[in-house]
Parts: sequence; structure tokens; C-alpha cells
Amino acid sequence: MNASYEWLRAFVPFSLSPTELRDLLTSRCATVDDLVPLQADLGAIVIARVVEATRHPNSDHLWITKVDAGTGTLLDVVCGAANVTVNTLYPFAPVGAVLPGGMKIEKRKIRGENSEGMLCSAKELGLGEDKEGIMALTLIAEPGTRFLDAMPIGDTRLVIDVLPNRPDLLSHEGLAREIAAATGGTMSRPEIAEEKPFVIRTHTVKATSGKVGDITVKIEDTDGCMRYAGAVLTGLKVGPSPDWLVRRLQAVGLRSINNVVDVTNYMLVGFGQPMHAFDLERIARGTVVVRKTRGEELIKTLDGVDRTLPPGAVVIGDAERAQAIAGIIGGSGSEVSDGTTEIFLEVAAFNPASIRATRRKLGISTDASYRFERGVDVEAIPALVDYAARLILSVAGGIPQGNPVDLYPLPKRPQPISLKLPRVARLLGEPVDAIEVEKNLRTVGFRIAPEAKDVFKISPPSWRHDVRGDVDLAEEIARLRGYDTFSSELRPFRPSAVPDAPLVAVMERVQDALVAAGLNEIRPMPFVAEGRGATVRVTNPLAEDEAFLRGDLLRTLISRAEYNLARMQGNVRLFEIGTAFFAGEDPAALPGPRKTALPREEMHVAALVMGQRSPTHFTKAIQPSYDEWDIKFLAENAAVAAFPSAAVKLVPGAGETLWDIAVDGIVVGSARRLTLDAPVWAKPAFGLELNLEAIEQGPARSHAYKAIPATPRVQVDLALLAPSSVTAAQIDVLIRREAGDLLESLTLFDEFSGQGIPDGSRSLAWALTFRHPERTLKDQEVQGRTAKIVNALEGELGVRQRTS
Amino acid sequence: MTLSEFQQLVTTLAADGEKLIDAATTASSLEDARTSLLGRKSGRLPELFKQLPSLAPEELREGGSLINAVKAKLEARLEDRRRQLDAASSSKRNVDLTMPARRQWQGSKHPVTLVIEEIEEIFRELGFTIALGPEAETEWYNFTSLNFPPDHPALDLHDTLYLGENVMLRTHTSPVQIRTMQKFKPPIRILSPGNAYRRDFFDASHAPMFAQIEGLAIDDGVSFVDLKATLTHFANQFFGKTKTRFRPSYFPFTEPSAEMDVECQLCHGSGCPGCKGTGWMEILGSGMVHPSVINAAGLDADRYTGWAFGMGPARIAMLRYDIPDIRILYDSDVRFLYQISR
Ligand SMILES: [Zn+2]
Repeated sequence: MNASYEWLRAFVPFSLSPTELRDLLTSRCATVDDLVPLQADLGAIVIARVVEATRHPNSDHLWITKVDAGTGTLLDVVCGAANVTVNTLYPFAPVGAVLPGGMKIEKRKIRGENSEGMLCSAKELGLGEDKEGIMALTLIAEPGTRFLDAMPIGDTRLVIDVLPNRPDLLSHEGLAREIAAATGGTMSRPEIAEEKPFVIRTHTVKATSGKVGDITVKIEDTDGCMRYAGAVLTGLKVGPSPDWLVRRLQAVGLRSINNVVDVTNYMLVGFGQPMHAFDLERIARGTVVVRKTRGEELIKTLDGVDRTLPPGAVVIGDAERAQAIAGIIGGSGSEVSDGTTEIFLEVAAFNPASIRATRRKLGISTDASYRFERGVDVEAIPALVDYAARLILSVAGGIPQGNPVDLYPLPKRPQPISLKLPRVARLLGEPVDAIEVEKNLRTVGFRIAPEAKDVFKISPPSWRHDVRGDVDLAEEIARLRGYDTFSSELRPFRPSAVPDAPLVAVMERVQDALVAAGLNEIRPMPFVAEGRGATVRVTNPLAEDEAFLRGDLLRTLISRAEYNLARMQGNVRLFEIGTAFFAGEDPAALPGPRKTALPREEMHVAALVMGQRSPTHFTKAIQPSYDEWDIKFLAENAAVAAFPSAAVKLVPGAGETLWDIAVDGIVVGSARRLTLDAPVWAKPAFGLELNLEAIEQGPARSHAYKAIPATPRVQVDLALLAPSSVTAAQIDVLIRREAGDLLESLTLFDEFSGQGIPDGSRSLAWALTFRHPERTLKDQEVQGRTAKIVNALEGELGVRQRTS
Repeated sequence: MTLSEFQQLVTTLAADGEKLIDAATTASSLEDARTSLLGRKSGRLPELFKQLPSLAPEELREGGSLINAVKAKLEARLEDRRRQLDAASSSKRNVDLTMPARRQWQGSKHPVTLVIEEIEEIFRELGFTIALGPEAETEWYNFTSLNFPPDHPALDLHDTLYLGENVMLRTHTSPVQIRTMQKFKPPIRILSPGNAYRRDFFDASHAPMFAQIEGLAIDDGVSFVDLKATLTHFANQFFGKTKTRFRPSYFPFTEPSAEMDVECQLCHGSGCPGCKGTGWMEILGSGMVHPSVINAAGLDADRYTGWAFGMGPARIAMLRYDIPDIRILYDSDVRFLYQISR
């Protein structure tokens, strides 16, 4: 909502500066997002007196003038306006000034004569249409006075964020009401200038039809229209609006169209009531009817678009066709134009939900629909019909045809709210003073009647649809007293009885583990194109190639790695903890109506590594790149962090899957080689992904302390020659079995094949550490076990000890 | 000589030797110490070696290992001391110590995660716990239970991405509040961090998915003063001692509703383009939970009251790290992530 500082002052006198007004409104009712000084581009314009005017020798329409602009010397100015008059004051743009259109004034010769500035017309200053040429000023001012200081045209636009609950603030009157309440001022509707001596008194009837002049007005759809009033004005002269009206509209960013349409816009922004003027000559058979659309109705609207009316839309029709889409936009067929002499002025209240539904189906939003769908002040309608009719007559001439009619078949009954002050005090946390509450509520239009001690019957004003219950009144009471007057002292509280979500600790551990491993966390979008495991579709996506929710996170990580490769970044180590989505089939009974199954969600972790394993250092010119053994470590690490009490095992997989990650025997994810859209210089990429919710688990157990051994260890290295068919895991299992519990650790420290190793086999070297927890091991014990191991390896797996 | 006498000598030599080495303050005095201890001609250790044969034959092995151990120990001590003295005297250095360290990749959390964690930490001290919920929700959880009137302009602020009829990507994390109230009895004090979605085109200041963190406190007699006090405390913890301002706002699920501003972090209240000259920055929305929300979740609104708040950690991260464009938080450019990891 744009508001004009000066326009607000026309409703209520106040002495706040624009910034003070901004702070007042922001702290009290609606945030002022911005203050825009208007006509600031006229800052260089001064007032000047024409001292002499003679005909230009080389032109029959130019004048050569001498101008006093307060500089001490008279300036030569060539002027083309016919109305230039000696001894008259005009706005003057001196050399160097820039006009609102961007034109810069320079000293120049016009048909051989010097010109040191320019006398300006209203149009050149962006102040309206030209009437008779340059803008003769009737004020008293010294030449040289800043134009903005002498003329009442400076203004400030307030850009206000009015939230959906306060449509009453979508007008100057509504804002002025709050300002008056806050400053103790009195609000009144601005006087109409050059008022014509007509008595207009709207005639309200509790009926669905009535007459104004020769026109029959009917509400057929009482559901879609709560109140419908109209005035008939004839003998009008449609034309440009007076300057004051143009200026008001400009101040809020509206363009002047003609005097009649301008008044309707003035009423909308000034009083929050959208109005519509129909050219009465185009209204068939003197009938105006508010009805539901019939069948496939077509209408060309004011914006020049042919529209098919959606079913259920409310229209304003004449005897033959729809002439307007009620509360949204008028039809071009009955548009007020220069030739219009008589109008039907509509002032109505339409059903907000119906307006909203129709304008959404049409895909448009207008200033009128915006207010109707939030709700206008139904009770203000008769007074505003009168006011608007008088205003039109004052700017466009003409006479009223009878009194306006006002159909109000089902008057709204006020719903008083019972307010118990102790309840409010309990909610707000501080005692509230009954006298203060009463006084404050009255300032913004509430009516109050005492019911019992500390209990009141409160009737909200007709413009406050948002106040329905005692909590709404609590907000009024708190905001009118000022939120800042309430204490900010911490008081005792009871700690939460809700335990942390079990996933919280899991996510934290996994995050810490991957950060410690040198990976960078990312938080990308989950949208992907169809396919590759994405099964959940967004029905109204922002882009077709991102219409699905991913079924795995690695897909997102791959796209992020590719993003980096495209920017020549080859060292990429990313991880994400985020949601994977799967089409749901769960029909679990949830509250509320629901026709689609909720997707199933899993919290996953995924990681991707590629490029150098560590930063470049001069001690090692070529840093090794990440390989499968790194991702195996990261996978084990992440799985152990996620499931600390379970047995984690990486089971060799097939194809791109290097390992399946098994936790207590259940596969919860995998570690993979990744295929990227990568440039040739890119190093191979590896990824892991696992489902953090795959198994139920309690809180992580701590590992119990094991005594640090004090006895000496015995180390044995075994160099083995193993057939290719035998896996390291098989050897590992066998060694552990044969070594028994004296084996403290078993480490594979070398793998070799090639020279000296027969084809079809490889050399594997293991370091075995033996230790007895209480005594020194004897050589024979160790030798005995080693021999047993070697025998078993040979006997069961065909693995021989190498003799070097 | 008995083994124990020999052991005594070895121990004494070790102790004396260490003292002598540590006492050396120059390379030459250290060399003197080395000669007197290990010097082949008359060093104390070679002298002691000569005593070995006087041990009984079966004790020779043990004695040998004792003296060898001391030898190794003294040699290591000498080397350590030599390096210390080397490093101390720059003129003696033969390594260019200006060369860069051998570094490792530094991992990092996302800036938005860091902000969320910081917020959680502050609220945990005030007795809050963490609750999570699904990102895809039913209309009932996302709107109806939260007192959004059907077909109301308030919905315009929640442009929704739908997954089907009455199923959508949650537009805020508020459904977690309902799910928590359905499952647990007060006192409830929870934070719900998570992703929310709006049908906003991806530009410098909007993203269709964004992180949100909400808080909810429900108990017997929780009041607006508690809301103000807790959030003011939070602001002072998070931003350092700062001025705060509460002003009316509107959310369907709270009444009264309040916006909390803190002093502009850029100009500290004097007014700048960042705060449009107001000196304030909007940080979070809050309010007293609407009774119809409490009732919808199955609690008794006559007995329980509560307050809630919600904020966008991305906006705060942008402020904190001076990030001009929200897309940077999603692009995952490693050069940006490395900056955070430093
Ligand atoms: Zn600032």
C-alpha cells in the first residue's frame, strides 16, 4: 500500500515528520518499508518573475524575455508559450537544472538569441497536463525562492506492508484513524473543494432490488454480494482532473485517466472502498443486476483482454450481458470515456472468498480485488456513495438523478466479544488496567460496555473483521499500550518434557565425523529431473527439469561436483545430510481430508570425494588422488558414527557399487565409483550414501575402558603367496581363528604382484602382534601358533608362506 | 662385579649424562658433553662397556642390553638438544623455515548449519530440545491445524509447491509444532530446524527451498512477557548486547503476533541503506500460540498457553558472513566452502 504523507495530513492534522510517522506506524500497526521523497527532482527549480517580454525577431511564436530569478542580474530567456506575461511568477529551471523527464538545461542560442534557462509548464515539471502553456503562479514569493518551498507540492510516499488481517489500513482514512488515535488528534474526511449545492442522501433498503433515477438495481446473488449501492449522475463533462486530484493520485503512484475514473481511484486509495463507474448509455434497458455468470459468458475487460468468465464468478450485468466482473475489473463495453455524460456509480461489498476464487481462476489481481478479498467496511458504504457522488459532481459538473439506492438485504449484526481482563492479563503476563484498556480501545473505534467486574462486552468497529475473539482483543490491548511497555525479564520455566528427536544425535555424529575427515558440508536444493530413482513429482514445479524430488542425495552431490568442475575446481570433497523422497503408499489415517498418499522420507547422508588427497606441498610434488580405499574408510567412518552400537561391514558389491554398507547385517547404503560429466583433467570421483534411519537404535553406548597392556608384545610378519581366487577377508578370518585370543592385532601392510610372483597369485604381507595380558609370551608359544596358521592357510586356502 | 652393582653404575651414568646434555647451551659445549659421555677415547660410556666382562657369563646379556639402552637414550637426548640449539640460533639453520607448512584439508559445516547450531545452543540453555518432522505434509498439518482460514489472502504469503491434492511441501516448519503437541504433554519447549519450501523463483534473495528454525513453548500460564524475555535474551546472546524492538505483526497461528527487530548490525542504529534508514533489522516473527492451534493439536487451550517464533537462518548467515546473494549458499562452490572452513 502506497500512502501520501500530505494526503494523510488532509485527514488528520499532525506534526510528525515523515520518519517519525514511519516509526509510529511501524511500531503500532503496519511496517513502513520505505519512504520515497516525491518531486525531489524539482529541487533545482526556482520561482522567477518575467520582467520584460518582446517578440523574437526571427519567429512568430517565440518571446524574448528578461527574467528575475533572484540571482541579482536579469537573465535572457527565450520562451515559446503564448501565455507569457510580464510581472508574473513562473517556475524557472536555471542552467544546470535537470527536469523530471531527464532534460538538462543548458545555455544555448535559440534562433540566434541567447537563452539562459527555461520557464516551465506543469507538464515539464511532471505536475499534470498543460493548460495554457507555462505555469503561471498565483502565490506571493520572492524571485529565487525554491519552487518546492513555495508550492504545496512536495510530498513523501510511504510504502507500507499491510498484512492480510488489517485491510482497514489499505486506505488513507484507515491509516489516519491510527494516527489520530496515537496523537490524540481528530480525524475528519477532507472537505470537497468547489462543492456543488446538491443534497445527496443515500437511501438504504433492506431488500434485493430498488431504483435510482430510471435505473433498476437488483442483487440476484446475495451470497456473492452483501451490499450494493449505486448513484446515477448525468450531465457530466468527462475531462482532465484538477491538479490537486492528479497530485494525490501521483503521490501514491497512480496515473490520472479522467476526472470520473480518478475519483473512483481516489475513493479506493483514500477510503479503501473500490468503486466502479459505468457509462449509463451502454447499460441496456436501465437494469443493473448482480448475478452469477451464466453458461459460457464472455467479457472484454478494461485491460483489453477477452475473458471467459469462470463458473461461479459474480458479474454485474445489464439486461443483456455482463458489464463487469464484480469486484475485480470492469468491462470495456461500458467504460467511461471522453464522450460519457451519464454514469452509474457502483459502491458495493462482495463476498471475499468468491472474489478470491474468481480472480485466482482468471489469474489477475487488481487494487479492487485486493481490497474486496480482504474485506471492505460494509457499514461505510452509504456515506461513501454520498461523498463520491459529490466529489464527481464537483470535478465533472452534472446533476444527481434522485438519491442513491443502497441494497442491504441482510444487515450484518455486530458480534460483541466478552472480554475477561484476568484472562488477558494471564496471556500477556502483566496486569492490565481496565481504565486504560477502555480508553485505548475507544480511540480505535471499539464500543465497550461493562458486564461485571473486570468483564466487558466489546463491539469491534465494522472495519475490523480480524477481531473475533478475546485473544484478538489481547493483541489490541497490547499493541495500543505498546509492546515495548511489557517486561522482558526472564521468569522461571519448566524444562521441556519432549526428548530430542533420535535423529538429532545421529546427524550430529555423522556431521562431525565427515568434517573431521576434511569434507565440506553443503545444503543444496532437492529438486531433480525425472528418472534415476526420483519418484515424487511436484505438481506445480518452478521448472520442468526440476519437477521431481530426489530419491538419493548422491545425485545432487554429483551435480554440485560438476558445477565445480565447470569452474576448474577439481578438488571436491562434499557431504550433505538431507532428505530423500519416495512415492508413498501409506494410507495411514491422518486428520483432515487427504486424497494423495504422503511420500515416504528418509534422512540420508552422502559424501563425494575427488582430486588430491591433501593440499599441495613442496615436499611431495604430486599428491595422490582419492581412490576407492578412501571412500571405503569414509563409508566405514560414517556408518560407525551413525550406528555406533551396531556391527558395520562393507560387503563387496558389483558394477559401480564398490561396497554395500551393512549394519547388523542390513544393507543401509553403499560406497560407489561415480560417473560424472567431467573434463579430461578431472580425477575419478567416489561417493557414499547411507540411510540414517535404516535401523532403530537407542542412545549410543560408550565403550568401556580396557586395561592398557603392561606385558611385552611379540611381532610376527607373514609374507604369503595367495591364489587370486582367495580374498584378503578369507585370509583375515582364518588367521584370526587359528591365532586365537593371543592375537592382539592383524594388519595387512603390503600387496604385490608381478615380478617374482607366479601368474594367478599375489603376495600379501601381514603383521601379527601377539600379547598375553598378564605375562611375557614364550617364543615357542608364538612359533607354535604361527606354524598352525601357516598350515591352515596352506591346507584350507592354498596360501603358502613366501620364502624370501 | 654383580649385575646390580653394574646396573647402579649404568643408572648413575644415565642421570649424569642427561643433566650434562641439558646444561649445554652452545653447539660446542654440547659437543664437549658428547665427548665426555660417548667419546671413543675416554668417554664414560665406553669406559663402562669395558666393565662388562667382569659380570658373570649368564648376566652378560642382561648387562649388555642395559648399557645399550642407556646409549640409545643418551644419543637421542643429544640429538634433541642439538635441534633445539639449532632452531634457537637462526644463523645455524640450513632449512628455509619460511617455506609453507604441510597442511591437511579442513572440513567445514555449512554457514546455515553453523547459525542453526548457535541458535540451538542458546535455546538449549533455556530448557529447549530439538524436534524434527517430515518435509512433505498434508494440508491439515501445514495450514488447517495452524488456523489458516480456507481460501484466505494469508495463503498468498505461502505460495505452495504441491505434491498432489492436499499434499504439499511444507511452507514452514510449523507442522512440527502440531505433531509435537499431539505426541507430548506440556511442558513443551522445542526448536524445530528444517527445510521449508515456497514457490518462489530462485534469485538473489529468494529460494524455493530454505532453512527455517522455529521455537515453541507451551505450558500452564506461559505469557507474552515470557516470549519477550526469552527472545530478547536470545538476541543479546546471539548478536552481543543489542537493542531489540517488538511490534505488531500477523500470523494466522499466533495472536497476539509480534515481529522482533534488532539494532541494524551494519550501522548500529544510525540508519544506512542496509536497513533503509530505520536503524533496525527484522530478525524473527513470533506470537502467542492461537488457542485454536492448541485445541487442534489436542491440548486444552483453556489450561495451556504458549508462544512460538520462527526465523530464517540463511538471512542471518548472509548478514554474518556478508554474503550478497542467497544463491551462493546453494551453489556449493568449493571456493566458498573453503572460506568458511578457514
Ligand atoms: Zn543500518
